[in-house]
Amino acid sequence: MAPSKPRSKSRNPLLIPGIGKFSRSKMYHKRGIWALKAKHGGTFPRHDPKPAAPEPASKKPPKFYPADDVKTPVPNRRKPKPAKLRASITPGTVLILLAGRFMGKRVVFLKQLPSGLLLITGPFTVNGVPLRRVNQAYVIATSTKVDISGVNVDKFDDKYFAKDKKKAYKKSESSFFETEKQEKKLPQQKKDDQKAVDTPLIKAIEAVEYLRGYLGTKFTLRSGTKPHELQF
Amino acid sequence: MVKERKHDRVRLFVRGRVLGYKRSKSNQYENTSLVQIEGVSTKEEVDWYLGKRLAYIYKCKTKKNDSNVRCIWGKVTRPHGNSGVVRAKFKTNLPPKSMGQKVRVFMYPSNI
Repeated sequence: MAPSKPRSKSRNPLLIPGIGKFSRSKMYHKRGIWALKAKHGGTFPRHDPKPAAPEPASKKPPKFYPADDVKTPVPNRRKPKPAKLRASITPGTVLILLAGRFMGKRVVFLKQLPSGLLLITGPFTVNGVPLRRVNQAYVIATSTKVDISGVNVDKFDDKYFAKDKKKAYKKSESSFFETEKQEKKLPQQKKDDQKAVDTPLIKAIEAVEYLRGYLGTKFTLRSGTKPHELQF
Repeated sequence: MVKERKHDRVRLFVRGRVLGYKRSKSNQYENTSLVQIEGVSTKEEVDWYLGKRLAYIYKCKTKKNDSNVRCIWGKVTRPHGNSGVVRAKFKTNLPPKSMGQKVRVFMYPSNI
């Protein structure tokens, strides 16, 4: 028979971890060992063991024997999932930033990146917020939506926002005295990306009355406003 | 001259007052402070604020990190009583002089 995919689920459901529902003899029957045996004339098919690889000629005794048995830690195979996106946040939603450099600004949500962070843009010419990543917890989603169908955000992911690694600082006499001032200039590519995303967005914004002004204004709490009573 | 900046400052926190420590008549537990949040007057209204971060901000004479202003961060943990007072735990216990002082209740971590 052609090699088949190994069965993913055990035929012996667990009642409690360590105790299966079926006994050994029942499992023998369930796994069909009786059928395999019948097929191969009464014995379970076995292969002769492969010839063992010859042991290396000179095996030096280790130089160091640790005094106590050290337990090796179990490797962590856990991969955290990206944060679940709130139902109120859909592509095109206007968000209010609650903290950080642009706190109070109303901003358009584009998509959720694989790390779980949200990709947003001002748009830049409207309120000065560039393409940026933001954490869901620091954002309030409003009910206002912008039409985002004209925008292509496929190329953006977390690597796009990674910081450039600084060159290894080589301590030498010359570098001590000349402090290298690396000019941080925004690469033209990023400016072009910003424009590419913003132009269709701004078209959609201009189509709605007051939306441009709304996005340009900051959100603030006033005396007497209670956030727990506000409808966003 | 510097261009006049209108609406540059935004208030994205709710004002609150520190009422004191969690206590009974003759024992107090300084690890938990009581905070009165402005505009919150019932236990049901407190639900929105649970988990929100708090900052107790105070000024000092000596400069740390180039600033005379210092902050103790905390969180709203649970309501206290029926009238909108809230229990809060801070990273380090609030100093006793904070009683009656202002506290900022931020709107994050947000769930809206």
